[in-house]
Amino acid sequence: MKILRRKRGMLLIGLILLHGIVVFAGFFAPYDPAQQDRERPYAPPARVHFVDAEGKFHVRPFAYAQRLKEGAFDQYEEDRAARIELKFFVSGTPYRLLGIIPGRLHLFAANNGTVNLLGTDGYGRDLLSRILYGGQISLLAGLLAAAISLLIGAVVGGFSGYFGGWTDSLAMRFAELCMALPWLYLLFGVRAFLPLLVSPLKAFLIVVITIGALGWARPARLVRGVALSAKERDFVRAAKGFGASHFYVLRRHILPQTKSVILTQAAILIPQYILAEVTLSFLGLGIPEPAPSWGNLLSSLQQYSVLASYWWMYLPALAMVPFFFGYLALSSALQEERRAAKITL
Amino acid sequence: MTPKCVHAIRRALWLGVALISFGHLPTAVMARPQGEQVAKTEYLVTHDPVGKRGGRLVLSLRAEPKTLNPLIASDAPSREVIGVMQADLVHINRASQLTEPSLAKSCKVSKDGLEYAIELRRGLQFSDGQPLDADDVLFTFRVYLDETIHAPQRDLLIVGGKPIEVRKVDAWHLVFRLVKPYGAGDRLFDGLAILPRHLLEKPYAEGKLAQLWSLNVAASDFAGMGPYRLKEYVAGQRIVLERNPFYWKTDAKGTRLPYLDEIVFLFVPSADAQVLRFQSGETDIITRLGAENFSVLSRQARGYAMTDAGPGLEYNFLFFNLNPAGAKTSAETARRLAWFRDVKFRQAISAAVDRQAIVRLVYQGRGAALWGPATPGNKRWLNTEIKHAARSLDRSRELLRQAGFSWNAEQVLVDQNGGAVEFSILTSSSNADRTKMATLLADDLKQLGIKAQVVPMEFRSLLDRVTQSKEYDACLLGLASFDADPNSDINVWLSSGGTHLWNPSQTHPATAWEAEIDGLMEQQLVAKSFSERKKSYDRVQQILDENQPFIFLATPDILVGAKDAIGNFRPAVLEPYALWNVETLFLRSSSEGVGK
Repeated sequence: MKILRRKRGMLLIGLILLHGIVVFAGFFAPYDPAQQDRERPYAPPARVHFVDAEGKFHVRPFAYAQRLKEGAFDQYEEDRAARIELKFFVSGTPYRLLGIIPGRLHLFAANNGTVNLLGTDGYGRDLLSRILYGGQISLLAGLLAAAISLLIGAVVGGFSGYFGGWTDSLAMRFAELCMALPWLYLLFGVRAFLPLLVSPLKAFLIVVITIGALGWARPARLVRGVALSAKERDFVRAAKGFGASHFYVLRRHILPQTKSVILTQAAILIPQYILAEVTLSFLGLGIPEPAPSWGNLLSSLQQYSVLASYWWMYLPALAMVPFFFGYLALSSALQEERRAAKITL
Repeated sequence: MTPKCVHAIRRALWLGVALISFGHLPTAVMARPQGEQVAKTEYLVTHDPVGKRGGRLVLSLRAEPKTLNPLIASDAPSREVIGVMQADLVHINRASQLTEPSLAKSCKVSKDGLEYAIELRRGLQFSDGQPLDADDVLFTFRVYLDETIHAPQRDLLIVGGKPIEVRKVDAWHLVFRLVKPYGAGDRLFDGLAILPRHLLEKPYAEGKLAQLWSLNVAASDFAGMGPYRLKEYVAGQRIVLERNPFYWKTDAKGTRLPYLDEIVFLFVPSADAQVLRFQSGETDIITRLGAENFSVLSRQARGYAMTDAGPGLEYNFLFFNLNPAGAKTSAETARRLAWFRDVKFRQAISAAVDRQAIVRLVYQGRGAALWGPATPGNKRWLNTEIKHAARSLDRSRELLRQAGFSWNAEQVLVDQNGGAVEFSILTSSSNADRTKMATLLADDLKQLGIKAQVVPMEFRSLLDRVTQSKEYDACLLGLASFDADPNSDINVWLSSGGTHLWNPSQTHPATAWEAEIDGLMEQQLVAKSFSERKKSYDRVQQILDENQPFIFLATPDILVGAKDAIGNFRPAVLEPYALWNVETLFLRSSSEGVGK
């Protein structure tokens, strides 16, 4: 039991750290994610050196300036004469942390030139900055949509399990209907109904609410199952016998029982919804340009030329991996814990 | 029985019929022109380098053609396929951009410019072996001009408000009469496929013509005068054409064209898939390439050569909604429409556009910046007198200030009432280039404190918004003329035109400058000399430059690729870029360059 808890704790800490990087994207990202540099389309990731061309060692890491080859569109060469030093904890492009707190401090910046550690996209925007900022949107979408789903799921599932009868049948048939809905096409439909000028924030909320509101059925069914068995428990009967109200029983005895189910579901649903957002933005239905999200960062890969020529455009996909891994490991840890708890009970 | 045998037999039968009718059966002669010998075929002799017979060419189309009926075809894949199966009286040579006789042996214009006397080549046959004569031409024009058919070519045949009158003189001579002289002259006849009366007259009488010649038509029910004829159609996969054994062109050595036995069009739904097919050698020619794919293919070129034919005729532009505010228009939209109507606002936007960046980032330098409808590829019509100032945000700010706009504390542009200037730019979601252009444009405008939101949208609903419901702010579109002549775009510039996009189908010109353009376009339409026409069109270009109803952005180069084995491959900047001389294309060695 203790080992399991420790494992869960380590996973949680890891996930919190990962999210922290994304939340403080303003600090970790060296540039403004929407800033275009039209002289540097598809610049490859800069190589960081400690030893220069003459073999001299430098304490500060540096990169050589990249220069477009004569007449080329996307072929760069390193200019060995121009060393660009990376400085840490320096002030640079202004940003707002969490959209509120203004700041200028960056983890690192290159003062005498541009260094794109992960390269640039077709508009010369810094890919590292875009991945970090894009994570804010994609992760928030996952968290919010999961919260919406779980809230609806817990309420509907709890009620229908506890009360049973026709309430139960109605809610569960409706849940089945929702599960059968092709959500992708539904979103196409929702998008077509909207006015043209949708601000990125609105578009974001629409995506989140739609995928969140469509996904409540599965958690609702699970919660219902727990509620069904919980209401037959002795202490629930006892509470009822003492004249406890339905609301009291639900709140005090039934819903707490569903906690582990809900947590496990959360750990499964969050990555699933992150993926949903990525899919939608990839198809151009999610967050519009120029705001970055992991999905629309990947959408340029739909073009064969990008796919074949610029390998660093895949990096946003790689950025998702630790998050998914963390969430899925957490969900299996939670499940294990639940099983262990049942045995010890 | 192989199809080849069928043709041979059919041909023999036809010859037989002709001979018998001459010797012994006067009644049969009645069907033939009176007093006419069975004419010796008057071949058209091409001067392209001589090639050799055989082989087949595989190409890909982005979509399945909608129809094989030239009377109703309006989509690019249909036009491409029909183009190699049909022929016209007078044809525009895609390389020289000048007209040359085609099915007509000669085309003489009367002194007053009102009559065109056409003499047909004698002894020509449709691809099913039936003869061609003036009656087919007469029938063809009757059908094109029939309002109930809704042929897209009909508009072109109405000059000075009256349809062209066609009169048959005898079996080989026709006279076309106009009520007003027509500036573009015999370019009129280009692309008007001459139809087989023997196949279509009955369906026409029954009113079924528009439904005829769908893709499922039996090869025997289909005929044309082009170098190829229908062989097989497999839904969702391909359409196969075979050489027309009755084709009327020969090479310099007297070999009957075309050289290639078969042309196969594969239906490949995406541009990227087309590139892959070409790269793997499955297709022999690729056209309508984007710059990015062009450079991918150029980098790895093996066994094929890529050609940059220079700027084409396509022009991409941004335009604002200049429709008058109607009763249903919301106050919010009306506020925006007021900005757009101010010419200074439009000029300011134009001055802020970084056209060079568009050419570099969207077309990878394979294109040209644009300030007017005539592209650098349209050398004859481009008005070189118009001077273009370089991009200047300062000039743009000055113009906005003059128009009554100002900037608030956050450097956001606001109008007289203090409302922030924000609008959406529609683009077609299927066109990555234009979406990219719009994204660059939005960033240019951000520097002026304008918030422009790019809205990619499915093309049909976009067109519906622009031309029907008129609920939009701005839109980024491209137009590609099929001919360099300004008449091909007349519907864009006339205020009554359906593609006068910023304010379509007006009953009266809404502004003085639109009225002036109307007048000038009418003038060039009837002017007799090229220099007069050019003068009018130069002025049109100038008015467009002053008023900026379209903010012209850029034009892409025509980029094509072909296997090295294909001879006589000479891409042009006019459509169809690669197949315009399909009859003289040949394979240098039949073992290579042949698709699977």
